[in-house]
Amino acid sequence: MMTNIGARLTQGQFSFLPDLTDVQITAQLNYALQQGWAIGIEYTDDPHPRNTYWDMYGNPMFDLKDPAGILKEINECRKTFPRHYIRVTAFDATRGWETPRMSYLVNRPAVEPGFALVREEREGRSIRYTIRSYAADKPEGERY
Amino acid sequence: MSNLSPIKAIPVKADAATAKRYKAGVLRYVEMGYWQPDYKPLETDLVVVFRITPQEHVDPEEAAAAVAGESSTATWTVVWTDRLTACELYRAKAYKVDAVPNTGPGTKTEQQYFAWIAYDLDLFEEGSIANLTASIIGNVFGFKAIKALRLEDMRVPVAYLKTFQGPATGIVVERERLDKFGRPLLGATTKPKLGLSGRNYGRVVYEALKGGLDFVKDDENINSQPFMGWRDRFLYCMEAVNRASAATGEVKGHYLNVTAGTMEDMYERAEFAKSLGSAIIMIDLVIGYTAIQSMAKWARKNDMILHLHRAGNSTYSRQKNHGMNFRVICKWMRMAGVDHIHAGTVVGKLEGDPLMIKGFYDTLRESRTPVSLENGLFFEQDWASLRKVMPVASGGIHAGQMHQLIHYLGEDVVLQFGGGTIGHPQGIQAGATANRVALETMIMARNEGRDYLREGPQILKDAAKWCGPLRAAIDTWGEVSFNYESTDTADFVPTATASA
Repeated sequence: MMTNIGARLTQGQFSFLPDLTDVQITAQLNYALQQGWAIGIEYTDDPHPRNTYWDMYGNPMFDLKDPAGILKEINECRKTFPRHYIRVTAFDATRGWETPRMSYLVNRPAVEPGFALVREEREGRSIRYTIRSYAADKPEGERY
Repeated sequence: MSNLSPIKAIPVKADAATAKRYKAGVLRYVEMGYWQPDYKPLETDLVVVFRITPQEHVDPEEAAAAVAGESSTATWTVVWTDRLTACELYRAKAYKVDAVPNTGPGTKTEQQYFAWIAYDLDLFEEGSIANLTASIIGNVFGFKAIKALRLEDMRVPVAYLKTFQGPATGIVVERERLDKFGRPLLGATTKPKLGLSGRNYGRVVYEALKGGLDFVKDDENINSQPFMGWRDRFLYCMEAVNRASAATGEVKGHYLNVTAGTMEDMYERAEFAKSLGSAIIMIDLVIGYTAIQSMAKWARKNDMILHLHRAGNSTYSRQKNHGMNFRVICKWMRMAGVDHIHAGTVVGKLEGDPLMIKGFYDTLRESRTPVSLENGLFFEQDWASLRKVMPVASGGIHAGQMHQLIHYLGEDVVLQFGGGTIGHPQGIQAGATANRVALETMIMARNEGRDYLREGPQILKDAAKWCGPLRAAIDTWGEVSFNYESTDTADFVPTATASA
């Protein structure tokens, strides 16, 4: 059980708000599309803060400009992975950026056990820290 | 292109006029070649605008020529040794003077002029802010023929920019490393800034990060004092950072200030921060341009984000008639290679006119900035793909101003709520949560296309219905504003200072 306010993983740009409704998700999709960004859906059951490469639910949808169509993909991903973390990422290909410009969660497991902090005491009072997800002790696909 | 020339040899003149020019004695600067109204700056020239207040009886062209002369090759008298050099190339050329609007007879301010001066590229050593500034803001600022002098703006040629590393990390890579996109980052400076022990200090860091901030920060004058040595601070802060990261599943950081009396000490502190796994260190502007460049190179080499606190800048950037504009510091710091710099809040407790601050932020973040006199940008500047610097807004800001902060500062900025986090009536975690909820709520509203600047107070009130910490923050600080007139304002349009 996580002990931070909200008791939940706070990755993504809207994690301190109540879970987004489909209407709210669509509005954010619209914003990204207006900027000319491509939207990708990614999922994982290993939410370690340094786990960069969540699995892609297909390639970013460079050619899909219809938010309703993208929402349908999101909902299919949710149906396939109901207990995974799922995030929506908007990719900007503009020179000088060429990087994600938005990233927010649209699905999370009902129970989030959180992370352990493992300390290895070293000389001179230094400590080497490792963060370990409780859920990731189990094999992929059996974690939540 | 015809204006790319200067390879063509400048012939050594040996006519009668030249012989007269180099006769021993004193000449007016305009007669020595520093005033050239027909000169067209080359693409490779460094071009500068100064604000000059000449002494009485010194005409503006002579004042401009004197500034050009004293910031390049001149001395007070004619020297024959000029003739051993391609001296016409090395002379800075004042080519334009304009009266500054709203100065002179009939106004409250004595007559000032903008003087435009071009410097050949060969006057400057590659990759050295120290060398650049030794000319441009060297002796010339104490020169008696002018009452006051202010460096307003500088066009740095692409050829010169490309000799600088630029930001060690830059906005794009910083965000990728932190895994944070689409919203401003949130920070706070530990308070009280002086006096806490390492153990107590780390407590503030832990609470603020766990509550929802991305960063906590040492203050500019926290180095290694009797009440807290630097090693203790680093150790306790990293415990706090890692505890908070585990508690939230998010990447967190604390800017460990490595400012010290010598470079050796700074490198030692930076290496220790790295060995503890810190993502970011900080330095103060007062360490000097060369030290800043050294730390930027170290940061690039060691995958470290480099935060710069602009401690000391207001001693020369605040008054309008003398010193230098902060936008020039922004340019130099982007060249020198820092990743963060404090650049104003518009609505907080420190100096900052909204139009001027937009000029600073654009200078730090854009790939190319067009001329924008209302924002104080006198030149178009191509940044030659130097990375982008993340501006930091810090000083007297709170959650109740979130709509204004996003409106004025955009999303690529670190918003630092020190008092607004630590002074929260329900505690530090609640203070951090209030700020984060206000931020995410406002970004969501902006993206939804709402008129968030106008509706901002209502948007925050609605979020406060389900978020107790935000409600308490608005009840405590909702009415606080710092509504004073700025001293550094645009010359070209009437301005107003924003308030809550």
